[in-house]
Formats: sequence, structure tokens, C-alpha cells
Amino acid sequence: MERIRLSEIAHARSGDKGDASNAGIVAYSREGYEWLQQHLTPERVQQHFHAICKGPVERYEVPNLLALNFILHDSLGGGGSESLKTDAQGKTHGLGLLQMELDVPEAIFGQARK
Amino acid sequence: MTPRSPLLIANGQGFWGDSILGPIRLVREGPLHYLTLDYLAEVTMSIMQKLKSRNPGAGYATDFIEMLARILPICKEKGIKIIASAGGVNSAACMHATGEVIKKLGLSGLKVATVTGDDVLSRLTELKQQGESFKNLDDGRPLAEVAGKITSANAYLGAFPVAEALNRGADIVICGRVTDPSLVLGPMIHEFGWQPEDFDQLAAGTVAGHIVECGAQCTGANYTNWHEIEDFAHIGYPIVEAHPGGEFFITKHHGTGGKVSVDTVTSQLVYEMGDPRRYLTPDVIADFTSIQLAPAGVDRVRVYGIKGAAPTKFLKVSVSYESGYKAVGQLTISGPEALAKARLCAEIIWKRLEFDGVTFAEANKCVEFLGAGVCHEGIVPAMDPPEIVLRVGVKDKDKTKVNRFGMEIVPLVTSGPPGVTGFAGGRPKATEIISYWPALVGKDKIEPHVELAEF
Repeated sequence: MERIRLSEIAHARSGDKGDASNAGIVAYSREGYEWLQQHLTPERVQQHFHAICKGPVERYEVPNLLALNFILHDSLGGGGSESLKTDAQGKTHGLGLLQMELDVPEAIFGQARK
Repeated sequence: MTPRSPLLIANGQGFWGDSILGPIRLVREGPLHYLTLDYLAEVTMSIMQKLKSRNPGAGYATDFIEMLARILPICKEKGIKIIASAGGVNSAACMHATGEVIKKLGLSGLKVATVTGDDVLSRLTELKQQGESFKNLDDGRPLAEVAGKITSANAYLGAFPVAEALNRGADIVICGRVTDPSLVLGPMIHEFGWQPEDFDQLAAGTVAGHIVECGAQCTGANYTNWHEIEDFAHIGYPIVEAHPGGEFFITKHHGTGGKVSVDTVTSQLVYEMGDPRRYLTPDVIADFTSIQLAPAGVDRVRVYGIKGAAPTKFLKVSVSYESGYKAVGQLTISGPEALAKARLCAEIIWKRLEFDGVTFAEANKCVEFLGAGVCHEGIVPAMDPPEIVLRVGVKDKDKTKVNRFGMEIVPLVTSGPPGVTGFAGGRPKATEIISYWPALVGKDKIEPHVELAEF
């Protein structure tokens, strides 16, 4: 096992959908995508954003793009013009997700890294 | 007429406030058939209704008129048509201002169209009587909860009225509330003769529109690996090379900054994504899990294989309403012990307000220690940096309370711990909160309207 950051095997972009943010992560390889599909669960993402995301986390799979799309409900302090937060649109949530530390088998990491 | 293939459509404006250089350079620096400009965000319509209520000649994106003055001569010379969601709640006034610019520039023979029918603010009562509930799409609440506070209501129109304006010979199409991808899909329908049941093609055009709707966000901007991106200052805005079968390429003008790769395009495909299998528009349901991407040369990506299905019988309606007031202010606090002093400052503000009988619900208060780990709170450890920006805010129904809060920030410079500065901007004032209420309306209730004039 190798302790890595998600950013070593995926890139990301995030934005807002009402009071939810979406964070899409895109794996650099098919091997990385398949490992993440198994291990990057909504529960794990919710735990990672525990101080930001106050609602449930939904996950959608987009295998053709090697992407997982996470919807972080109740994470923008009301969203739109109701929010008082600096990041009222979740623009930085993608980079926040990429900070996650993961224990990845060395063989997988070898194929999955950028 | 044989359709132009590839058809070149560029988007030069991702939102009202985007760089004016995007469109100017797009029309100057290479070949182009259509230039699209997206000006409308959800809250924009509400601001425009307010402007119009004060001045019947206002209520559209005035930036668009300034932009036209700079690009219209070259667009006329090259035959580039312009499609802009600049009409806001007053497309007629926007058309009039466009005519004035055309005359001022000494141009003539330009046809300008408006696409309207989206504004349902004055029709809400009538539509409710016809059985439309406008219940909140997110939580099911009835619209009656915000009665008397509604400031705007617009249905999202699709791409066919845009195509109709082009069919009738428009050189400039001014739209009210249309979906963002419609600005790009419209000219494809017009040029390629796509029909309402050509779902795969309509889905392809929708995906193309989605990729370019935020301007440079698909040409290297906001890309995770920003070190790979060259010449951000001269970043090229995106161009779609569209083909009649639905396949298209994303590229940018030669010699511009930025990068178009499978990764930069994929980044934008996941931006603001919901359920990838059901990207709903008035014209089609696009399936993002069918999209195939492949590199196709330097700064060029092929997009193909896209599948679509029949749309729903509804249009999305964006209702906005007034829901109280807010104010946010900030102070800069230097070290040593910047974080501890910033925490103390926030505490002092709440205590002084409480002393004067002014309190706010916890959920209506915001305290941020910018520099100590706000954006990624709970993910990266909070730090004690050399200085911190303390950002405090409140919201409330009561404007007087919100303004009272605004008075307790600057005094900390002389009545708090040492090293408090950076109060530029002074006392924050209460501003209105405009909330957003998503709803649906039956498609059969909305009649898009295209009007044409020659200047």
C-alpha cells in the first residue's frame, strides 16, 4: 500500500447547484477510475467534508469520462445570494476533495498516477 | 443550400462581467460564423426587473451594447452573426439600443431579432388558475409562501426560437431567458436543418453548448494542473467546429494562450453536473454517459457518440423573490497570534451587539478567518499565519438590525486587540437578498415569440 493524495491520480472541478455543490473528479487512467469507483464512496467524501457539507452526499458514475460526480447537499450556506460564505458557489470544493489521503495498492498506483 | 461544414461557433462571454477581450479577440483573430454571448445568471433577471421598474428603458445587459460598439464593424465585414442572452427582461429596449449603435457606427442593412415569451411574471396568476402550481422543485413548498415578494419569473426557452430568428435572416439575435446551450444549439439547428425529433443531434449540440458556455473554462482556465497552461493572459476562448451528423470538435484560435485537451474539456463537462444520464433541456434529454472524447491535433478535441432522448413536457421556471437583508464586512489582523486575536474580535462584535439588544440566529451569522483555512475547513489543519482577514456577516428580515451590525466592525481598530487594520470599504450596509425558487411550467403554456427589425 502507498499513502497518496487523490490529486496524484485524478483532477477535479466543482461548482454550485442551488444549496448543493458538485465536485467532479476525473481519473487519469482506467485503472485509477476502477479503483476509485470501488473505494471513493459517498460516505468517505461526506466524512472528508464534515465541516463544510451538512447534508447527504450523492454519487454518480460517468465511466466514459473516467469521472465520479459528487453532489454535496447543504454545503453552501444557503447558496446563491443567500449565502454569507466566501466560497458561496463551491468553486474550491474540487481542490478540497483532491486533498484526500488514500491508501492505494502499489501496482494500482503505478498505473493510475498522472 | 449546402450547410457549412464545419460550422464555426464561438462563445465569448461566460457570464455578465466576463472579460471584454474574449469576444473582441475571437472575431479578430480567426475565422468564425457565429459568436455567442451569455449574460444571464439566475439573480440577474431579478436585478433587471428592478432596474426596469425604475426606468422603462432599462432591464437588459448594457455591457452588450458597449461590446457591440467594439465588434460590430468587424462582424459585419466577416459576416459573423451574434447571438446573445442580453435581452434580460427588456429585449425590446435592448433591440432599440442595438439599432442606435448600428446607426452610430455608420452601418446599415443589419437585421436584429428578439426572442421573448420567457417572462411570466405578469402571467403567474393566470397560469396558476390554469393549474400550474409552481411548487418549489427542491423542497416542494407552495409558491404562496413567497406571495408578494416575487421579483421575477422566467421560463427557460430552448434553441428552436433562436433557430427561427436565424431562419428569418437575423444577423443579431437578442434573447431573454433561454438555456445557456441554446445559444450554440440554435445556429446548428438553423444551418443543418435539425428537426425536433433528431434527439442525438440535439443532444450533441447541447453538449457543445455546455462545454463552451463558461468561456475559457474549457480552454485551460480553472484546470487543476494550472502549471501546464501557458499564457493565461492571452487565453483563447472556445470554438466549436460543428458537423451536420452531430460530431464536433472543440478548439481555439491559433496563437492564443491556454490549452484544449481531453482533460481540459472533461473538466468542463463535469462542471455543475447533476445526474449525468439526464441533462434536461427544453429540446432534449442529453446523456453525458454517452460522450466520447479523443485528441485531434494541437489544441483540438473530437467529441462524438452522443445520445439524446425526447424532452419532458415541462420547462424550468426561475422565480426570484426578496428574502431579507445581509451585510458582510472585514478587518485585517496582523500577528503575532493573529488567529487568537481574530477570534477575540469576532466575539467582541457579537457581545457588543447583544449588549445593545441585537442578536442573530446562529445560522444567520458567518465568521471566517481567511488565511487560516476557510475554503477547505476540516480538510487542511487551521493555521496561525502572519496575518488574517476576519470576515463577518449576518442576514435577517430586519434591515435596521443588519445595518446596526455593520456599525460594530470598524470600531475594533481602536477598541480591540492590537494590530487591527484594513477596514477599507468602511461600514458595510444592508443589501437585499434575492432568493431563487426553481419550478416547472407546462410547455404548452409558453409561446416563444420572435420579432425582427432592420437597421
